[in-house]
Amino acid sequence: MALVEKGLGDAGPGLSQATAGDFLALLKPRVMSLVVFTAVVGLVAAPAAPHPLIALTAVLAIAVGAGASGALNMWYDADIDRVMRRTRSRPIPAGRVQPGEALAFGLTLSALSVMTLGVFVNWLAAALLAFTIFFYVVVYTMWLKRSTPQNIVIGGAAGALPPVIGWAAATGSVGLESLILFLVIFLWTPPHFWALALFKTDEYGKAGIPMMPNVAGVDSTKRQIFGYALVVALTAVAPALLGYASPAYGVAAAGLGAAFVWYAWKVLLMTESDRSMAAAKALFGYSLLYLFAIFAAYLGDAVVARVAAGA
Amino acid sequence: MIETIKPTDAELKARRSRSIALALALAAFVVIVYFVSMVRMAPGFFHGGS
Repeated sequence: MALVEKGLGDAGPGLSQATAGDFLALLKPRVMSLVVFTAVVGLVAAPAAPHPLIALTAVLAIAVGAGASGALNMWYDADIDRVMRRTRSRPIPAGRVQPGEALAFGLTLSALSVMTLGVFVNWLAAALLAFTIFFYVVVYTMWLKRSTPQNIVIGGAAGALPPVIGWAAATGSVGLESLILFLVIFLWTPPHFWALALFKTDEYGKAGIPMMPNVAGVDSTKRQIFGYALVVALTAVAPALLGYASPAYGVAAAGLGAAFVWYAWKVLLMTESDRSMAAAKALFGYSLLYLFAIFAAYLGDAVVARVAAGA
Repeated sequence: MIETIKPTDAELKARRSRSIALALALAAFVVIVYFVSMVRMAPGFFHGGS
């Protein structure tokens, strides 16, 4: 017979029913996979090759740091997650994990990931990871998300930093190439999330989150999506124009960017009577593919260049 | 008198799942720290050997 104390928050008197899977869900594995991928691209494309074990440690620390910020985001946003259909089955609003457990989990992993990166890789990368976690949790989640329609524009900086952290982990510095990768994600974030916000306007409205369609209206959002799509498509070609990537990468980035602009154009043409929002859903889906493909092309280009240089 | 509570089967199962995950994560962390320390302590690491 176990002797137990009353749990945290409004937990009942028994043991927690949270499984390891619930704690894994707190780390937002899908977001984490994109963070890991873009960080790996920054690390591999950098003009330095750390020991493979050091590189692996850096990637793991960045992944855990990203997961920790996801857990802290879920801790703070549990009240609005409970309102939205898309998020109400998350571990905290579903009652499987207590808020205090998520807070302790997130804080512990944040400290552990930053210290690990600092001690075993370098302190610039660690400082950037700490700043990313702070920016995502405090600046975006606690401040911007509920107060301005520019929430994901400014907050997007947190999601854009992983390739810079990867680059810093490899070189101990921040290069212009890594800042272009930062810009690509930073400029990609608004059209990606506003496409989602267009067909989730009611949900965000119910939760009281001032997303762009709720505040500035659908037409203004569609125009801004198109503008950002144009700028991100041009920015993604910049590495080839500046000589950091091959013409082959430039052609791939131009093709992928043209498609991104075309999807945004279809959103711009969407009529008010179109309740299915098929064009917005298509843009949202394509935007995920676009970011993955651009970074995969950049990674492939860097690997080919390195192999060619070594041959 | 100390109040005791008998955990339910679901609570025991969840605790076992958490315990196994925590053990695996800690073991992995120890292994990583050990091998990364070996790499960093290798001669020449701090003189361009990385």
